[in-house]
Amino acid sequence: MAKIRIPPVIRPSVGGEREVVASGATVGEVLNALAGDYPEVKTQLFADDGELNRYVNVYLNDEDVRVLDGLDTAVSDSDSLQILPAMAGGSR
Amino acid sequence: MTPSGAEFIKQVKHEIDEIDPSDVHDLLNNGVVIVDVREGDEWDQGHIPGAKHVTRGHLESRIEGAAPDRDQRVILYCASGNRSALAAKTLKDDLGYEHVESMTGGYTLWKDRGYEVDVPKRLTAEQRERYSRHFLLNEVGQDGQNKLLDAKVLLLGAGGLGSPIALYLAAAGVGTLGLVDDDVVDLSNLQRQVIHTTAGIGTPKVDSAEEAIHDLNPDVKVNKYQTRLNASNIMEIIEGYDIIVDGVDNFPTRYLLNDASVRLKIPVVSAAILGFEGQISVFAPYEGPCYRCLFPEPPPAELAPSCGANGVLGVLPGTVGLLQATEVIKLIVGAGDPLIGRLLMYDALDASTTTLKIRRDPDCPICSRDPDSISDDEMGVFPDYEAFCAAAG
Repeated sequence: MAKIRIPPVIRPSVGGEREVVASGATVGEVLNALAGDYPEVKTQLFADDGELNRYVNVYLNDEDVRVLDGLDTAVSDSDSLQILPAMAGGSR
Repeated sequence: MTPSGAEFIKQVKHEIDEIDPSDVHDLLNNGVVIVDVREGDEWDQGHIPGAKHVTRGHLESRIEGAAPDRDQRVILYCASGNRSALAAKTLKDDLGYEHVESMTGGYTLWKDRGYEVDVPKRLTAEQRERYSRHFLLNEVGQDGQNKLLDAKVLLLGAGGLGSPIALYLAAAGVGTLGLVDDDVVDLSNLQRQVIHTTAGIGTPKVDSAEEAIHDLNPDVKVNKYQTRLNASNIMEIIEGYDIIVDGVDNFPTRYLLNDASVRLKIPVVSAAILGFEGQISVFAPYEGPCYRCLFPEPPPAELAPSCGANGVLGVLPGTVGLLQATEVIKLIVGAGDPLIGRLLMYDALDASTTTLKIRRDPDCPICSRDPDSISDDEMGVFPDYEAFCAAAG
């Protein structure tokens, strides 16, 4: 089971957890397993065509999966996935 | 019979290697460490460009800051070649430096030959005292302090992130600080916006911040812009600044700033905070990725907490803002490895940091192009985000 770190804006959709685990052999399988467990996450991560939304980055360890094999990137149990949506919270 | 001082120096010169200034001149910018062992006042009158300053009195205790490896080539010089010969003997015999030379004729001969010199800007006695802890760092030193004093840094916002950044950059002696903020100080700001005071409630933030900056360091010139950045004023405001510090609270301004800063090739030290977490990166146009390479599109309103008021731990903008201020100083003095092409995430509850790689997008709509080809009409353009925010209430 790979670890998935959940950013603050998505936490309400996963019961407030900061980190969850999900199984799968690829990034796509792991994220789909996550979306299966927490249905609200599905539209937050995926566009209608099944690809990742452009405003969400997913990193396998420290590397953007888009520069790896995208959703087909292989994942092992020791890997950690980081979901990173754009944040603009600032100074006011 | 013990030798005279002059005889001793002559003897030492036989025991060490000497090098002519013309050979040293050929080695400038060649990775060879050149160390000036004269006193501070002599160094201030002028020195060889790129040389490190370690006085002979501090040689043993500070040489490792200038030349950490015993096997690297080190050339020492003084005014005429005597003190550097004695210092070379110490490095060779007592500290084990394998490749050390003393420049014959010293700085006097170097100047007589007409080679280039660096004459540092003269600092006042008060400035020397104020910045004395910077002078003790090889990575900053007097050269770095002069760079800080000459630097112009623009802060977008004099709020949570802007407060600690402005205070510490002012303390560090950044010569010009621009402040862009249209807001006035509110009681609810004071939980985190430490540059403002209870007495300042109701006054414009740029005025309140200017007063605090001048109280801390009168060396700093403050340029105030009591406005919000928009497409019509951004180019005029940011042009001429060396670095921009971004912590703005909304996506439209972030994209606008990105596009304008790429056009003008100004690096942006960027951060965002929410709750207990922060993200920091440095977007250096054409050197690393830009904000659009990282996030080509803003998220929809339900995933964009910037639309409304959100909780933030009061100390968090302090921590994150000072990471930004540190990156600013590193960029100015040229020290270390800046956060270009990397995103640092800080989680206060975990007390953990994570660093992610960010890469330039070869198809980036902005930074894959020639900066002159980016038009006014394109800047900050993306699907209508303000409508999203309005819809979200």
